[in-house]
Amino acid sequence: MSLFQAMIEAVVAPGFLSSGPVQTAALVGGGAAIVSGLVGVFTVIRGQSFAGHALADVSSAGGSASFLLGINPLLGFLGMALLAAGAMDLAGLRRAREREIVTGIVLGAGLGLTALFLHFDVATRSTTGAAIAVMFGSMFAIPASLILPSLVVGLGAVLITGLIYRPLLLTSLDPDLAAIRGVPVRAIGLIHLLVLSLAVTLAAMTIGAILSTALLIGPAATALRLARRPGRAILLAMLIGLAATWGGILLAYDSYRWTSGHSWPVSFFIVTIIFAGYLLSGLAGQRRAA
Amino acid sequence: MFASFMTNTWIVATIIAIVAGCVGFFVVLRGATFAAHALPLGTFPGAAAASLLGINPLWGLFVFAGLGVAGIGRLARRQRNDVATALVLIALLGFGTLCLSLSGHYEQSVYGLLFGEVLGIGAADIPPVAGVSFLVILMLGLCFRPLLLTSVSADLGAARGVSASMIDRLFLGLLATATAMALPVVGALLVFSLMVGPAAAARLCTSRPIAAMAVSVALALGIVWSAIALSYWTDWPIGFFVGAFAASAYGAARGWRWARRWTALRSVHVTVIGA
Repeated sequence: MSLFQAMIEAVVAPGFLSSGPVQTAALVGGGAAIVSGLVGVFTVIRGQSFAGHALADVSSAGGSASFLLGINPLLGFLGMALLAAGAMDLAGLRRAREREIVTGIVLGAGLGLTALFLHFDVATRSTTGAAIAVMFGSMFAIPASLILPSLVVGLGAVLITGLIYRPLLLTSLDPDLAAIRGVPVRAIGLIHLLVLSLAVTLAAMTIGAILSTALLIGPAATALRLARRPGRAILLAMLIGLAATWGGILLAYDSYRWTSGHSWPVSFFIVTIIFAGYLLSGLAGQRRAA
Repeated sequence: MFASFMTNTWIVATIIAIVAGCVGFFVVLRGATFAAHALPLGTFPGAAAASLLGINPLWGLFVFAGLGVAGIGRLARRQRNDVATALVLIALLGFGTLCLSLSGHYEQSVYGLLFGEVLGIGAADIPPVAGVSFLVILMLGLCFRPLLLTSVSADLGAARGVSASMIDRLFLGLLATATAMALPVVGALLVFSLMVGPAAAARLCTSRPIAAMAVSVALALGIVWSAIALSYWTDWPIGFFVGAFAASAYGAARGWRWARRWTALRSVHVTVIGA
């Protein structure tokens, strides 16, 4: 019994499961990982990694504004991401290269706003940690009151994607074929962009605006290397994201014991697990090819 | 505004705007916007990593930039370009988060490294910035034709014996060098705004390469100068003004092009009706 207990405690530090911040982080982070896995697979297939990253970055303007105004951070992040998605769609360009430039312009303007809001944050409330919190995330600082709204947002994203699953898949794989078969390609694209903002918002709140791309693209790219069928790839991406998030939370909690009194950032562990998984999947693919 | 402590700011910002305008022209032409964003962003924790090891931050920036270029080149062989860029970006940032957290005191300068603190430039910053900028522009000038050729058509380049992937690697290397040099001075996000906005606007105004590059440099200079002036007066961050002006320049160029096309259409219409 005591040996078994010691083994468990070597992996899971005492008090891990009963800690309130850990429970909140696990719930919100897990939700973000599942939604990001689902949306990420489509984002990778459609070649919209840049748009996904840009939406997350721009949403940080909303996050920093919410610090300033004292409103719910979820509202801030979400509002700004939706605005940016709208702006990108309004510019509505067909050629991929021109679309990328518009994404870049929106991104530059949005980050300018982030700089301004963070500047006011520091000036008015002397919260010097705001830049780190918004850009790199502060998972253990998520208030418990955010659990319900963020799970609702996540559920909404999953439901919408489920409703347009088949046309979305078709337009992602072959837009021309989809157009011939009467699928409203533009509308489906806009809906996907909006769902992408929801997913990215959740991820940005948990592991930070500039690292949310890890949850969105990493598991999806790994899953698409391992699985041939889209449904299976989505499931795999969700599982990888979930494992990385929970593993990262556990390791970060444990790291408090390794280094005396200074825990390592959760985001670092999550990103490292995801990236290691991606590199490993490459080895698996090579062996299969050989 | 032109006080002596501002002189260095004006000089360095001018140099960086010229480099950003030139490099940006190729960024837009080659569709390398994501790389132009990812390289500065992934590079900036290099300063923290260097401070952990106790060496000059500039070395950390150059090492991270080099890792970024090598990583994108390596992953892009088996992955779509944008996915490769995203993966390299998160790997660098993930490692960078750890360095930032461990080095402790760097948390204060994260804001400066991301968004730029141009009002604190010392005279010692000028020689390295000027030297690296000169090298970057020289390399761009030497490789102007192959860069242009492979940007317009990779097949045409291959037919002329120019390896598109090698030029691509070279261009990313130049981009990373320019970035690492400008980063501690103006911040990761400002470099990106300066590279994309003016060049994208310039390309809408003219299709001739040299003219577009000149317009791009002129716009970048105008944006940076007015941003410094406004930042000085209002005490707001310069990154905000650069982002806003770059977006406005692009919006204005789109509007101008649209208006020109519309008047051209109308004049055709009038001629037809009149005849």
